[in-house]
Amino acid sequence: MTVIHDRPSNPAAGDEDRPIGYGRIQRKEDPRFVRGQGHYLDDIVLPGMLHGAILRAPVAHARLVSIDTTNALAHPKVVAVITGKDLLGLKLAWAPTLSADVQAVLVTDKVRFQGQEVAFVVAEDRYAARDALELIDVEYDVLPPLVDARKALDPDAPVIRDEIEGRTDNRIFDWEIGDKAETDAVFASADVVVSQEVVYPRVHPAPMETCGAVADFDAVNGRLTLYETTQAPHVHRTLFAIVAGIPEHKIRIVSPDIGGGFGNKVGIYPGYILAVVGSIVSGRPVKWVEDRSENLMSTSFARDYIMQGEIAATKEGKILALRTHVLADHGAFNATAQPTKNPAGFFSIFTGSYDLLAAHCSVTGVYTNKAPGGVAYACSFRVTEAVYLVERMVDVLARKLNMDPAELRLKNFIKPEQFPYANKTGWVYDSGNYEAAMRLSMQLAGYEDLRREQAEKRERGELMGIGVSFFTEVVGAGPRKHFDIVGLGMADGAELRVHPTGKAVVRISVQSQGQGHETTFAQIVAEELGIPPEDIEVVHGDTDQTPFGLGTYGSRSTPVSGGAVALVARKVREKAKLIAGAMLETRPEDLEWEKGRWFVKGDPSVGKTIAEIAMGAHGTVALPEGVDGNLDAEVTYDPPNLTFPFGAYICVVDVDPGTGQVKVRRFIAVDDCGTRINPMIIEGQVHGGLTDGVGMALMEIIEFDEAGNCLAGSFMDYLIPTAMEVPDWETGFTVTPSPHHPIGAKGIGESATVGSPPAIVNAIVDALAPFGVTHVDMPCTPARVWAAMQGRARPPI
Amino acid sequence: MQIPAPFDYVRATTVDNALELLARYGPESRVVAGGHSLLPMMKLRLSRPEWLIDINDLYELDFILRDGNKLRVGAMTRHTTLLESDEVAALFPIVRDAELVIADPVVRNRGTIGGSLCQADPAEDLSTVCDVLAAEAVIRGPRGERILSMSEFHRGPYETAVGQDELLCELRFGIRPRSGSAYEKVERRVGDWAVGAAGAAVTLAADGTVDDAAVGLTALGLDHPLAEAAAVLRGRRPDEELFARAGTLAAAACDPVADQRGPVDYKRHLADELTKRALRRACDRAAQMQEG
Repeated sequence: MTVIHDRPSNPAAGDEDRPIGYGRIQRKEDPRFVRGQGHYLDDIVLPGMLHGAILRAPVAHARLVSIDTTNALAHPKVVAVITGKDLLGLKLAWAPTLSADVQAVLVTDKVRFQGQEVAFVVAEDRYAARDALELIDVEYDVLPPLVDARKALDPDAPVIRDEIEGRTDNRIFDWEIGDKAETDAVFASADVVVSQEVVYPRVHPAPMETCGAVADFDAVNGRLTLYETTQAPHVHRTLFAIVAGIPEHKIRIVSPDIGGGFGNKVGIYPGYILAVVGSIVSGRPVKWVEDRSENLMSTSFARDYIMQGEIAATKEGKILALRTHVLADHGAFNATAQPTKNPAGFFSIFTGSYDLLAAHCSVTGVYTNKAPGGVAYACSFRVTEAVYLVERMVDVLARKLNMDPAELRLKNFIKPEQFPYANKTGWVYDSGNYEAAMRLSMQLAGYEDLRREQAEKRERGELMGIGVSFFTEVVGAGPRKHFDIVGLGMADGAELRVHPTGKAVVRISVQSQGQGHETTFAQIVAEELGIPPEDIEVVHGDTDQTPFGLGTYGSRSTPVSGGAVALVARKVREKAKLIAGAMLETRPEDLEWEKGRWFVKGDPSVGKTIAEIAMGAHGTVALPEGVDGNLDAEVTYDPPNLTFPFGAYICVVDVDPGTGQVKVRRFIAVDDCGTRINPMIIEGQVHGGLTDGVGMALMEIIEFDEAGNCLAGSFMDYLIPTAMEVPDWETGFTVTPSPHHPIGAKGIGESATVGSPPAIVNAIVDALAPFGVTHVDMPCTPARVWAAMQGRARPPI
Repeated sequence: MQIPAPFDYVRATTVDNALELLARYGPESRVVAGGHSLLPMMKLRLSRPEWLIDINDLYELDFILRDGNKLRVGAMTRHTTLLESDEVAALFPIVRDAELVIADPVVRNRGTIGGSLCQADPAEDLSTVCDVLAAEAVIRGPRGERILSMSEFHRGPYETAVGQDELLCELRFGIRPRSGSAYEKVERRVGDWAVGAAGAAVTLAADGTVDDAAVGLTALGLDHPLAEAAAVLRGRRPDEELFARAGTLAAAACDPVADQRGPVDYKRHLADELTKRALRRACDRAAQMQEG
């Protein structure tokens, strides 16, 4: 282990089991959740509220010939029916996406994916709204759909975005990074080069709570209050101001309790805009909540990357270079939520955890007749795809070299003394001790014993596999000069007020979807100021009450907002020092801090606690010049770099040789997310991400038939894992603080989702080694595993 | 929230009352028991009955009782009850095998054997179980009671002999000595429909040879017990070679369709593999019963 984060006992904490600051405390938000008292979007009921429902296209590609809304409007409970034509008049038929493209809010010319929004009904209740959808007559002229991304650039492929002037094909972008010539030269002289196509199929974040909005437009004051399931309320406010033309100071976005996001709730969906239009048109609040099928079929999917990987090495197993070309299926509109300058997200971290001589990657993004989206499902802006590629390639190489995959990794890791480490695609990894994490994981797994057991089982014809993956994540964007979302720099604000009685409220710009922000951020303030976490209220999710910031996705809450909160607390602490000096009639430089208290150097009995100072600040103490009469502060934190959490995962599977069924028997996850704030919350995040990984590795995929029909429109068809498919997780950790983060913390939210799929697939491929199998694409369903054993596995897309 | 098309709802109090309601509301009425198939179909608006006749108060149909050499199971018996019944497990271990892999506890607490059979989904596990156990279906209607064999009961996917104005009330299973049964299923995930499954029931003669046998497949395009397998097994002493022959016959006889759960070749392979496994276990159990 790198560092045991052994904190000295804290006199201000009193009770060792109830630490002030970091530690395993129960989540402050849970009492309301476990009592069923969470307040979600669909719990919101406003006086006079109407209900909206969306008519969706039954086909994937079709000219819109006509829409007849007469019968729907005749329904006694229908208030309005809005079509694309109506929106054209309002200049709202098309909305900008987060990737410099536009997306149809309602179809005006052509349907481009099955489930696309065609019309919006506003009715007195949601039953009437749904019934009225069937009363709208739409005529379509069906066109041949483009389903296969591999055919998107064929000369005879149907052009999906023919509304864009001059567009004659389906290419969205070509993007590359790394030195191609240098990489090719290394490959040309390498002893060993192995290639493998690696597919990460289209999957869906599938949060338990679907997306929805309640729009309340006050025509008298010109104010819009929009309750939304959003992970990024402030970005939404700015975009609504730009799109809808409502002045930003007249817009309030409220994100209530969110039942899971995973990136699915970053973008602005047509339904949100339609709820706003419905409220403006009707003069009443309008609620729209999508159903499960709508969520799965039309909202932001994830992945859909076809990756051609190549790895070069010496025959002794020194990895020299990596290169890849990726075909990225972005669906009908380029609506991926990612920093502007990164059309392939952070995929360029595909160099992984290894010290390479060269690397090059190129990515081609294409349109298809599928739902838009692309960066979601806890992927850290496509680090999932990157890690899956490199970790599969390293295993393919290990097989070629007949080396143990753990040994091969240990041989090639970036060494602790190489940090900060500049990789070949422009990232500067902040800190790491990869070997320590790998060795701890192997020790927890009993790696040598597992290999012995495997050898014995192979003798008996049993298929046991051991999979290793090692990931380096890149999370916590900014800095703002390098990363922005539609021009908004990726930074986050925090405001802290310490009330006269010493209780505090901290207001943050990020929004929890279940991550435990109300606890974690209170703990950071507690650690910095010595105020118990239960005395600190965390306010988030309401743009009227919180400072501006970019929101929660890409595991950025702790790296960015966590930094902001630590810094704002330090700012308060420094202000408290000045006030304490005044109160103690001492020069501030003669004061010393212990948690929760400034005291006179050399005389610890003379001091003032934060609560006393807060009362002083608001009281009658004569304050030093330039010090306001409060104990408040605000900051906007622009991180100097991202943080690079990492981890070593080992998975043990058993494969039924007769049926191809995979059982994940054990999973050992060693994570390093730097300074650990609340270990219980970290473990919860890891457990959830590992479960995601089992889902993706074994069962999740959004498939389409040749006609462009989505075959994953319900939870009967889109499988997500249950407790029955997952083992008891075995977790461990090392602590390598980030050198630039105010408290040394890195993100943890997506590590396990990023790191676990390759461990599971590597284990399955390892189990199938006796059959000569070197690769199996996800999802490793029984049928696909059996096909691989027969030597006839085909890629899923 | 997925919203079904408008419908009316009435709660039946007895079997007679349910039959009256079915007669009163006619072809646009549907009986709802556990509701785990009908309600999702209604929410997707694939099914749009005008009336739902709820039979969950028909406690008279919730029973498991032994009556001479028959085991009688009421149509409203929940999956959980069947799963937890030691008597059922001792007589017909295939039932517990199957119930363990039917959906999840939440579904099993509501779903019923009668509902499962009447839904007649090609992937319905209990259809195969009842087939290989040669169950009888007791149906009541305005013209009285009739008792059908499973081959008479099944009319193809989503179709049974139960008339619109009738109610499946009971299943009867013949109890035979020296018998064993088993169910083997492959699913992509707990709670998913079967990729494929096989059920087997075997009765041994006193000399240990097979007296009678039945093999059935689920979700593999074979909607009746495989007569060829029974013929091959009868009179022979169970062994691996015999199981392999039955497996080969099952693979040849089935007619699966490719879907997201798997391609045809895999499903055919499952027919073979799972038939072997089910027969092996059924024969082991029959032999144990013989010894016991």
